[in-house]
Amino acid sequence: MADAHFNAIVVGAGPAGSAAALTMAEAGLKVALIERGEFPGAKNVFGGVLYRKQIEDLIPEFWKEAPLERAIVEQRMWLLGNDSVAKFGHRNERYLDPPNCWTGLRVKFDQWFAGKAEKAGALPIYETVVTELIRENGRVVGVRTDREDGDLRADVVIVADGVNSLLGKALGAHQEWMPDQVSLAVKEMIALPKEKIQDRFNLEGDEGCTIEFIGQTAGMAGLGFLYTNQDTLSLGVGVMVSDLKKHHIKPYEVLDSIKQHPMIRRLIQGGEVKEYSGHLIPEGGFDALPPLSGDGWMLVGDAAQMVNAVHREGTNLAMLSGRLAGLTAIKAHQQGSFSAGMLKSYDDTIRASIVFKDLKKYRGMHSLMRDVDSELLFNKLPQALNDAVYQMLLVDGVTKKEKQKSAIKLLRSVAGGNMDLLRLGLKGWRAMNG
Amino acid sequence: MSTGVEERLYSIRYKTDDKSHLIIKDQDVCARCTTKECNFFCPADVYLWHDEEKATSVAYENCIECGTCRLGCPTYNIEWVYPTGGYGITYKMG
Repeated sequence: MADAHFNAIVVGAGPAGSAAALTMAEAGLKVALIERGEFPGAKNVFGGVLYRKQIEDLIPEFWKEAPLERAIVEQRMWLLGNDSVAKFGHRNERYLDPPNCWTGLRVKFDQWFAGKAEKAGALPIYETVVTELIRENGRVVGVRTDREDGDLRADVVIVADGVNSLLGKALGAHQEWMPDQVSLAVKEMIALPKEKIQDRFNLEGDEGCTIEFIGQTAGMAGLGFLYTNQDTLSLGVGVMVSDLKKHHIKPYEVLDSIKQHPMIRRLIQGGEVKEYSGHLIPEGGFDALPPLSGDGWMLVGDAAQMVNAVHREGTNLAMLSGRLAGLTAIKAHQQGSFSAGMLKSYDDTIRASIVFKDLKKYRGMHSLMRDVDSELLFNKLPQALNDAVYQMLLVDGVTKKEKQKSAIKLLRSVAGGNMDLLRLGLKGWRAMNG
Repeated sequence: MSTGVEERLYSIRYKTDDKSHLIIKDQDVCARCTTKECNFFCPADVYLWHDEEKATSVAYENCIECGTCRLGCPTYNIEWVYPTGGYGITYKMG
């Protein structure tokens, strides 16, 4: 391995890394795709939803062969109270042709996706950890791996090592994520017969449904999710690590209490837990985006905090960034230069893309989560909203006018008064429209 | 329906290395730590403080490699690297 020289080395065979490797290999570049797991996907976890657009840009009509679970026809947002729920949602037949997104299992999907890069000519080097980047005169010229004689050299290294980007940190691209810039998600895969899933979620055939829920996270900033797969449900909860630190609660205990919530319990009833998993989600948003390239390197996907937490989009942004990095490498290869100035064109294409623009739109979301009391946003307000709806719909002889007045009064008092409610509303609006 | 962490971890396939990829840098720092947050936030219960031994034990063989302890330890007292290539967890579904 010592003498091997590649046009590009990709570290990490997740969605970002495989997208980069596929793009470059298809253009004829000599590419090495390194993965620390036994196979691509072995270590990977998401909610998870896979979006069509960014995969289609790489592999037209991929859904005819890719391992996917259910095509999402309905998305629900639930605000949970202690023993209640207020629901929003949207179902639309137009989401099916062509499908907008699917549920998926990363172990299957990532293997398939990396396989595409392999077939295009990328050299798979799996069960191998990159321990450091090799630098000469300030320029990244290769990687050192934990294999014997494990040095590999290349014109460019694409760093796709995920949320715990030890290589990004070694590059000085980021110092270290703060505990409020990441969420820990724990998830269980719960097996149920197909028909039960279809009946309980109002689905036919391969149709699927996603539910996101706020509330019942022990007063911590967090989001729960329940997604339908073919014959399993993905039930999980992600909680901001800074809140988790404060609360001294075990993450799987939050999951346990959610499983007992009356609105969730009946949906998973009789199911058997097939797998438990946990993973960090980078949620620092726009202001956490690190420098994306330098002399001989580019940073993609989770390693660069490219997650839109508001819309639970991550793998699609990863693939898009991987493709853009790959295209930059192709251009650099053609022009024979992999200097920082040349690779800067990757930053430019990211800036012009939804990665940058969507994260910018929700720029204020991170500070909203960090600065506003989680107990208020994730417990008191959802509960108050549930109580207000309960009262409005309860026929008990009290006039509707009276009911509306006390509902508003309740929301106001929870927020800490008129001005605070207004301020919170404004801050929320700005966070969504930066 | 409540299950402990052991039962959950049984659902994951592990290939355990004989050396730990998680190292407590200084047990005295743990002794002085008033919050012992790692005893709670770890989704695999890897860390446990023992009063008598005055030490934090590290069940690295249970680690699901999420990285929470790397960022969550208030004094960054945990040296965190990836397990050797091919070792550690392998998910069935992910």
